[in-house]
Amino acid sequence: MSDPSNARDIDRSRMAVRDEVAIRIAGMNKWYGSFHVLRDIDLTVHVGERIVVCGPSGSGKSTLIRCINRLEEHQSGSIVVDGIELSSDLKNIDKVRSEVGMVFQHFNLFPHLTILENCTLAPIWVRKVPRREAVETAMHFLEKVRIPEQALKYPGQLSGGQQQRVAIARALCMRPRIMLFDEPTSALDPEMIKEVLDTMIALAEEGMTMLVVTHEMGFARQVANRVIFMDQGQIVEQNAPEAFFGNPQSDRTKLFLSQILGN
Amino acid sequence: MPGQPFVRSHMLPERAPPATAAGPLLWLRENLFSSWFNAILTLLSLGFVWYVLAHALPWIVQSSWTANSLTECRQQIAASHGPGTSGACWAVIRERYLQLIFGFYPSRLYWRPILAFGLTLAALAPILFPALPRRLLWLSSTVPFLVPWLLWGGSLWLPVSIALGAVLGYAALRLVTPLAGSLAGVIAAGLVPVLWWLFGAGPATGLLQSALPLAIDSVQSRAFGGFMLSITIGIVAITCSLPIGILLALGRQSDLFIVKTLCVGFIEFIRGVPLITLLFVASLLLNYFLPPGTSFDIILRVIIMVTLFAAAYMAEVIRGGLAALPRGQYEAAAALGLDYWKAQRLIIMPQALKISIPGIVSTFIGVFKDTTLVSIIGLLDPLGFSNAIRADTAWNGIVWELYGFIAALFFVFCFAMSRYSMYLERKLATEHR
Ligand SMILES: Nc1ncnc2c1ncn2[C@@H]1O[C@H](COP(=O)(O)OP(=O)(O)OP(=O)(O)O)[C@@H](O)[C@H]1O
Ligand SMILES: [Mg+2]
Repeated sequence: MSDPSNARDIDRSRMAVRDEVAIRIAGMNKWYGSFHVLRDIDLTVHVGERIVVCGPSGSGKSTLIRCINRLEEHQSGSIVVDGIELSSDLKNIDKVRSEVGMVFQHFNLFPHLTILENCTLAPIWVRKVPRREAVETAMHFLEKVRIPEQALKYPGQLSGGQQQRVAIARALCMRPRIMLFDEPTSALDPEMIKEVLDTMIALAEEGMTMLVVTHEMGFARQVANRVIFMDQGQIVEQNAPEAFFGNPQSDRTKLFLSQILGN
Repeated sequence: MPGQPFVRSHMLPERAPPATAAGPLLWLRENLFSSWFNAILTLLSLGFVWYVLAHALPWIVQSSWTANSLTECRQQIAASHGPGTSGACWAVIRERYLQLIFGFYPSRLYWRPILAFGLTLAALAPILFPALPRRLLWLSSTVPFLVPWLLWGGSLWLPVSIALGAVLGYAALRLVTPLAGSLAGVIAAGLVPVLWWLFGAGPATGLLQSALPLAIDSVQSRAFGGFMLSITIGIVAITCSLPIGILLALGRQSDLFIVKTLCVGFIEFIRGVPLITLLFVASLLLNYFLPPGTSFDIILRVIIMVTLFAAAYMAEVIRGGLAALPRGQYEAAAALGLDYWKAQRLIIMPQALKISIPGIVSTFIGVFKDTTLVSIIGLLDPLGFSNAIRADTAWNGIVWELYGFIAALFFVFCFAMSRYSMYLERKLATEHR
C-alpha cells in the first residue's frame, strides 16, 4: 500500500475527462466452460478517465480487462473499443490490440530481446514504423520511465521495478489511446512499487485513458476519477474515490475495504 | 558480551578476493585424489585406459598399408613385426576408401560431389553463425537448387525451373494472404509449388533446354553410394525436417480441428512405425501405387521418407519447447497486436527453439546415423559397401578396419554437430542473461 502522506502533488491541468467514449461494454457475459465469470457487465469509459478496478481474488477483474483487448473472448453482449466492435474478425482484434496497451502483473517482457528491441518490435512489425524512428520513440519513452541507460541490456538483468517500467514503455511505444494495467505492482517488492506507481501517475497527468486493476488504494484516491468494486463477476459498486472510500454503500464493499485497509 | 550495542564508525572498503592457490598439483588433488575412494577410482580408470590402449595401439600401428589382400596383409605383418603379431590391415582402406566415400560415382566427376559438399558447408555457415553478414543468406538460398544439379547432373534448366516453383510459392503467399487470410496464404504457398513441380517444371525444362542447351553429364542414382549417399540423405533430411517439424508442432497446437487432427495423426503414425518399414514402403510398395512407367528416383523416395520420419520426431521435440514457454509470452505478443505468424516468428519460436536445442541436435544426430538403414533396402551406403567388400575373396574376414573407418567418418560429423549445439547453447545463454 503506498503511503498517501508522501505523495507528490498531481498536476491536474491535462487530466480532463472528455465526452468521447473510449470503451463501451454492454450486457457482457463470459463463461469459462460452465463457470459464469462475468455477469451482465455494463461499463462506459470516457476518454481521459482513470478507472481503478478492485475486488477480492477471483472476482473476475483480470478477466474483465482481458476481454477488452480480446485476450479472452466474451460470449454475449458487446464490447466497443475506440469505435471498433470486438467480434471474431481477426482484423478488428489486431486493430484494437494495437490501440490498447496492456501491462501485466508479471511484466511478460521478451527475455530473448534487449530492452530496446522489446520496445521497437511491435512498432516496426505492426505499425510498420521505420527502424530509426522506432528507436527514437523507444528511447523517448525509456527516458520517460527513467531507464534509458538500460536500453541495451536484457530483461533478465533488470530489477522487477525496472522491468515493469520497461513493460509500460513498451506498451506506450505503440502510441495507444487506452492503457490497461492488471495488478502492475503486486509482484514487486515494496520499494519498487513506488517507482512504478510514479510512472503511472505521470502517465495519468498526460491525460491517458487508464483502466487499472490494483489494490493500491493510495493510487486510487490520488489518481482515479472512478473506482469500481467487483465481486463474483459483477460490478457491485462504482463511485468517485472520495465517496467510494468515505461512504461505501454495499456491505460487500465495506467488508472488502475493511479487510484491505486493515481497520 | 552477547547483547553489546554496536555502531560501525566507518564503512569497510571493497577488497580483492584472496588469491586462490593454483597449479597442477592442486588441480590433481582437487579433481583426482580428493578422497581415498576417488583415488581408487582414478587408479582403476587409469588402469583400464592403459589396458585398452596397450592392446589397441600396437594393433593400429603394427599394420600393413600396401597389401592387396588379407592374406598378404598377414604375411607382411608377420614379416616385419614377428610371427604371431596381430596388426591392422589398413590396406583395405587404402584400396577402397574412394568407393567407401563416393560409391560408384564416376571418378572423373568426383569434383562435383566435393564442390557440392563445399557449397553446402558455405551455405550453412551464415545460418549457423549469425555473426556472418546476413546478405550471404541470399547465396545460401541458391545452394538447395545447385547441389542436386551438381550431384545428378543434367540440364541446368531443371534446377532453374524447380527454383521457379519456390518463387511461385512465395508469390502465392504474398498474393493470397491479403485476400483470404494467413492460413489460406500458407496453404497456397505449399500447394502452388507442388503443382508446378509435378506438372509445370518438366515441360518448362524441356522448352528451355531446347531453346538454349546447357547441361553437364548426368549421373544415375544407381551410381550413388558410400558416405556421399549418407551425407546427401542426412543433410536434406536434417534441413527439411526442422521447418516441417515446426509446422507440425504448431499444427498440433492449432485450434482448427482438421489441422490439429491431421498433424496429430501424422506424427503419431510416423512415430509408431519403424523407419525400416517406411524405407521398404519407399523401395517396394510405392512402385505398385505409382502409375507404370513413372520413374520416381529411389534416392528421392528414401530422402522423403527419412525427412518425414525426422520431421515427426522434430515436431515432438519442438512441442516440448513450446510447452515450456510461459503463457504470458503469447499474451504479451498478442496484446501488442502481433498476429499469429509474427508472434510465432519473432517471439515464440526463437525462445522455443532455444529451449529445444539439445533435443533438436539429438534428433539430427539420430537421423544422420539412421541413414545407414538404407543398406537394408539395397542402397550402397558405407555399410552396404562394407558388406560388398567383405564378400570379396581378397578381403574376406576383415571386420575391425572397415567398421572402424566407417565409425570414424560418422563420428566426425556427429561430434561436430554435438559441439556446435554446445557452442550455441552457451552463446544464447550468455546473450540472454
Ligand atoms: N482460463 C481459465 N479457465 C477457467 N477458469 C478461469 C480461467 N481464468 C480464470 N478463471 C477463473 O475465473 C475467475 C476469475 O478469475 P480472474 O483472474 O479474472 O480473477 P481476479 O479478480 O483477477 O483475481 P486475482 O485478484 O486473484 O487476480 C476465478 O475464479 C478463476 O479461477
Ligand atoms: Mg487477476
